[in-house]
Amino acid sequence: MVARITIDTPLDVRLLDKGLSVGEALAAFNAAHGEAGGVVSFLGKVRPDGDVRALELSHYEPLTLPAMRELTETARDQFALDGALVWHRIGVMTPGEAIVLVATAARHRRDAFAAADYLMDHLKSAAWLWKREKRADGWHWIEPRGQDHEDIARWE
Amino acid sequence: MAVTILFLGPLRDLAGKQALEVQAPLDWSGLLGAVGPQVAEQLAAQRVNVACAGKVLADKTRLNAFDGDEVALLPPVSGG
Repeated sequence: MVARITIDTPLDVRLLDKGLSVGEALAAFNAAHGEAGGVVSFLGKVRPDGDVRALELSHYEPLTLPAMRELTETARDQFALDGALVWHRIGVMTPGEAIVLVATAARHRRDAFAAADYLMDHLKSAAWLWKREKRADGWHWIEPRGQDHEDIARWE
Repeated sequence: MAVTILFLGPLRDLAGKQALEVQAPLDWSGLLGAVGPQVAEQLAAQRVNVACAGKVLADKTRLNAFDGDEVALLPPVSGG
């Protein structure tokens, strides 16, 4: 079978309005970075929490993807990455579905771990994305959490 | 031609609409006057950013939007 996903750029940053295929993405990312000593990945999912029925992420086209690209370039430079994959869902998702997939490839594992952590902290609190949850009584916007700001402050 | 004001995230609910067209040019006081008191109050708070023509303004009070520009009101984000 021919792989349906190919990655031909070291930094692959995408906004996806449909489900993402985690296994295929990681296989393609791994194949694209044969010279890396380590690949780290993080998959963020919609937590099945209480009466949350759905989650919706909205973005702002002129800003969201360009800023995610800049963030990924910064991570590459800071952690000497061979490559990074940053895929973020937008639109409506249900509990258990993937929201974000981050993968980093580096010569050494510590850089790969740190870069994935760095990318996630910044995606959570600095990417131009707005989240709302659908519960029994309707849609509710999610306010940023103090924890998210503490997480990003670790890198300053 | 006009300036389009775009309400992102929760500001959309507060404004009761997604977008608003106003006469160009548009400056900060014009913006505050155009969006209604509830959104204006949020805008005055530091947490809300303003982008004009695809660029986030370092100082939103120096907004100067021309014909055809899109002005986006960006409340605090909650991604990931």
